Formats: sequence, structure tokens, C-alpha cells
Amino acid sequence: MSKPLLSVRDLNVRFHGERNASALNGVSFDLAEGEVLGLLGESGSGKSVTLRTLLKLHPPARTSMSGHIRVGDTDVMALQGRALEQYRGGMASMVFQDPGLAFDPLYTVGEQIVETILAHERIGADAARARALELMERVQIPQARRRLDAYPFEMSGGMRQRAMIALALACRPKLLLADEPTTALDATVQIQVLLLLRELQRELGMSVIFVTHDIGAAVEVSDRLAVMYGGRIVEEGSVADVVQRPAHPYTAGLLASTVVDVPRDQALPAIPGAPPDLAALPPGCAFAPRCAHASAQCREQVPALQAMEGDERHRAACWHALLQPAHA
Amino acid sequence: MSALEQSAVADRGGPAQPLLSVKGLQKHFPVRESGALPWVKKGPARKVHAVDGVDFAVAKGETLGIVGESGCGKSTTARLIARLIDADQGSLVFDGEGVAEFGGMALKDYRRNLQMVFQDSFASLNPRLTMEEAIAFGPRAHGLPAREASARARALLARVGLAPEQFGGRYAHELSGGQRQRVNIARALAFEPRLLILDEAVAALDKSVQAQVLNLLRELKEERGLTYLFISHDLHVVRYFSDRVMVMYLGQVVEIGPVEAIYGAARHPYTSALLSAVPSMDPANRTQRSPLAGDPPNPIDPPAGCRFRDRCVHARAVCAEQAPRMLPLDADGRHFARCHMNDLASGYASSAPAANPEAVQ
Repeated sequence: MSKPLLSVRDLNVRFHGERNASALNGVSFDLAEGEVLGLLGESGSGKSVTLRTLLKLHPPARTSMSGHIRVGDTDVMALQGRALEQYRGGMASMVFQDPGLAFDPLYTVGEQIVETILAHERIGADAARARALELMERVQIPQARRRLDAYPFEMSGGMRQRAMIALALACRPKLLLADEPTTALDATVQIQVLLLLRELQRELGMSVIFVTHDIGAAVEVSDRLAVMYGGRIVEEGSVADVVQRPAHPYTAGLLASTVVDVPRDQALPAIPGAPPDLAALPPGCAFAPRCAHASAQCREQVPALQAMEGDERHRAACWHALLQPAHA
Repeated sequence: MSALEQSAVADRGGPAQPLLSVKGLQKHFPVRESGALPWVKKGPARKVHAVDGVDFAVAKGETLGIVGESGCGKSTTARLIARLIDADQGSLVFDGEGVAEFGGMALKDYRRNLQMVFQDSFASLNPRLTMEEAIAFGPRAHGLPAREASARARALLARVGLAPEQFGGRYAHELSGGQRQRVNIARALAFEPRLLILDEAVAALDKSVQAQVLNLLRELKEERGLTYLFISHDLHVVRYFSDRVMVMYLGQVVEIGPVEAIYGAARHPYTSALLSAVPSMDPANRTQRSPLAGDPPNPIDPPAGCRFRDRCVHARAVCAEQAPRMLPLDADGRHFARCHMNDLASGYASSAPAANPEAVQ
């Protein structure tokens, strides 16, 4: 495999304050150029924290971070000041869940896209505006020329999210980070935005990390999936591997409790208990207290990701994986 | 036995009588046009057609799922039924008795028979009450002695899976989302209601916790003979949980029928589009084309004729000219849809195709 675009190694993030929380605990993953990684997990699993860490968006005074993040040849952890500003939006950019909050309500959508382009590139205002228009057309906003002068509140939710994507693409980033971009949208609009993201990714050849709690949405757009729990990646692999032959009991439980074709007269196979408290993670596997397969080893030692039989790139962090490990 | 319990559980009309029938329910909200600033000239008075003539009935012991996108009026319908807001028009008949009308049932009795669980588990609990107090509050307000109300609250906490000695004294912020929603369910049950309105009650919960709460709701329904109105945007959950499904679009019911008929043989183009917009769980079989273009339209000034026609691939001239009727589609009269295509008398077959900029071909 060629050198990955993004490589994350042993990333740890802790938040301080009234309570200390270990939000990420040794997260490592790679993302190839032009690849879409779906990051799946429930609230508090660390999926959004991972994305924000990639842009260094956490307040430095209350966050301690360690580990390595490399995008292309850039060492992200070392970036400061002007270089960090250029990196954000230029190399990697983010689409947030709520475009209503991400846009400034006092400026038109066009002004905000133009501002972003001018901040990154030495081109004239007219050229920037022409690019903004081209972007709005590219994300399939009807009557793009008119919408360029619209304020965010004048647009519907789906249209705002399209404009948000246009803004994120303004400086042709190599890495697009999408944080639950379709969660706030209605079903018929959600599928439009998912298809748009897939299409843009193919056309522009970007790498994308798509964070979601909705397995269906992740399956629609991703090449690979990584499942997070308690600030760790517990399983990763191709979409088909993870969805059709899950190796981690948590992934299996999550898939089972996502009601798709459960017979109506049967109770749902629910995972007992609640997600872990990040301020007091258990010493071993974070899922052990809820896991039917848990043993003494699970409660004491944190399992590492290991390859599963059948596919070297299908890896799970479990002492009692549901599949045979490749090197038993 | 207190008066509270006696009045609450009595079945009056027998099993064949619908528990609740809703007729001609209508609610229009006036839109204040730039009214916040006194010197700005006001535009013409406009109205949000939130709910526009909704009729349906819920049988005893049934779960009726209500689906639709934002702005379709599903939550307003729930609030109208719970009488949290007053309807412009329409009537409610609860087990054969008119609600809050002459000779019918008093509003207070009706509310005791009907409870609601909301989406936001935190906002629906008083932050200054302990969980035990929160559950006991309603029955006490309806005249149950404090000691009995507390005992009932503790029994209910235990029933929804929260140990009363551990959780009874806690405040809302000390519980997780799943636990708070269990408390909200316990509080709704404190009146021994017969009808429970679940308005996106599991939407905010994580999937693994959502399954637990759905299982709890199923058990409680069996145990207490409850009837549910289950409002949700998650079509998988609605399919699993409901006996019948009602699909709403822009303030109207466009299709209603048994869950198998809606999911297996939908007869309204909107229902079909909504169902095929659900992401596929099969990586080898991804969605290739969006079934609908554009956003749901604004419920202010909905289009004349069929309200879905602007986004409908099947729209013809007749769809703009006259509003379709709700028509029965099966022999036993359980499946209805509001579409000219099912109506031979509508002239749809001979009507010219409509030019439709937004519809995907």
C-alpha cells in the first residue's frame, strides 16, 4: 500500500476542568488518499473528539494531547499560528452537524465562502466570487447565483448543509472531515446529501472521514468503517466485513440493536447497561461491564487491535473476538 | 382505592369501540410578519397550516405509528390530542365520550387517561424535583395522598428498571439520557393512563439504549393493556413497533394502513419515496438515486390541489386542479391513501402530465 494521506498514531486526549475525562485513549488509524472512512460510535465514544483533534480545535488550556497526527508531510501536532490557519480549511476542512450554527448569521453565504478563499489564496475578489458560484453549483444548489446573496436563515436545512459543504470545499482540501453532516436532516433530504458527498468525493478524489452514529448512513458512503467505544477504536475493516461479520461483541450488539428486520413479536436484542463514564474508565476493556463474553482478563487488560482471519485489514480489539484472530 | 385509580382504568365502550377517534382536527398558526419591530410595515397575515383536517381512530391495545418529515404536523397532532394546545376545529372522542364537550368527559379526566413522553428527556423533567417527587407530583395534584403517591412512584421506578433506593432521591442531571427517559415513562404511567403518546421518545437515545427502552415499552404495553401513539422519524423502529402506520405530509394524512400494507404495498408516492430514502444496510447494494429532490415545502401557503404534487414524479394536471380524497384501498377498509392515481373517478388517467421542475425522473 502506498503512503497514507493521514496517519494517526497513539492519540490520547484528556480534558481537564471540573471533571477530568479521557476522551481518546491510544487511537491509531490510517486513511489512504481517496478513501472514505466511516467513524461509528455512540455519544461519548470519542468520534467527534477525534475529528476535532485532527483540526486542533480543542481549547489548549483545558486539553492535554499526545501522539502523532500526520497529514501528507505535515506534522499536525506541531502546527502553530499562521501554519495552523493555513492547514485548517486549506489541507483539511470540516462539515459540522448543524449548519445553522456553523454559519455566521450576519453575512451572506457567498460572503463567507469568498472570505474563506481570500484568507487562503492570493486571488482577486472577483475570482473568489466566481469560484464561490462554481462551488454552489457543484453542490447542486438550485439558482446558485441568487443563493450566493442569501443569508443562512433564508435557506432550508438541506440547502444550508449543501452550502456548508461548498464552504468546506472552498480551498480544495485533501481531507474532508464530516461530523454527523446528515443527522439533523429529514430522511428524504439526508439521502440527497449522502449521495452528494459520495459524488463529490469521487470527482475530487478527496479523503473523507465521516462521523456518524447511524450505521445506515455510514454504509452508504464509506469504504472502511471504524467502530469506537470508550475513546478507543474497537474494530475496523471494510464496510462489508464490519457489517456482515463483526468481530467485536460491541459491534455485533450495535448491529443487532439497530432494528432492521427484527420480527415484530420478538424483543430486541439490546445491549444491557449504559456507555462508560470517560472520567472513570475501567482498567481493562471498556466494554467488559456490558459484555456477555467478558472474562477476568477483559476486566484487567486492555486488548489491542489484531487482525482477524480472512482479511488482514479487518481488525478488532477483543480478547474473545467473535472471529478467529489471523495469528492465533 | 382512590378515586384516581377507579376513574382511570374503566373500559366503557367494549373492545370494538376505538379508544380514541379524531375528527377534522385542524390547527393554523398565524405568522407574525416582521411584527417584532414596530416600525417595520407588516405584510399580509399568513398562516402555517400545521394540521389541516386530520381524521383517524386508534383501537384499544393498538400501536399507531405516525411518520413524516419535519413540518408535516405529526408533533402538532400529538399536542392537539393531548390538549396541550387548542385546536381551531375538530373533535376528540375518547372511548365513546366526547372530550370536554357538553355531556362528555371532563378535560381533567381525559388528561388522566392520556399521557405523553417527549423527545427531550431532560427538558421534560423539573430540575428541582427528585425523581420520586417528579413521578408522584401528578397523582398528588389529582388528589392522591402523599404517602400513596410516593409508594406508587417507587414501585414505578422499580418497574422501569431503576432501583428506587438508588435513583428515587436523584435529580434529573444526575441521570443518563436512557435513565431519564425511563423516569419519564414511569411518570406517564403514574396516572394509570390508557393511551400513551410517545413523541420521538427514543429518538435522542443511543442505539443500544434505544433497544432497551423499546423493549420496556413493549412489556409495559402487554402488562397494562396500553394503547400507543408512536411518533417517530425512524422508519425501521416504526415498522418494528407499530400495528398500523399513518403517514403525514404538510398537515394532512396521506396514507394510513396496517404496517404490512404500508411497508409492503404503499399506495401513495410520498410513502414510497420516504421508504426508499432509508439508507440501505447492504454495502453491495447502496442507494443509487435519491427518490425525491428538494426539501419538504414550507407549511405556510401549501400548494393547492395535492400538496405533494411539486415533488411527485407522477404529478399530472389534475393534481393541481383538485385535492385528492382519502380513499379505501382494500376490502376490509383498513388501508387508505390520498392520491388521484388510486381514484378512477379523478380523471388522472386522461390528465396531461404536469411540468415538474423539482421531481427526479
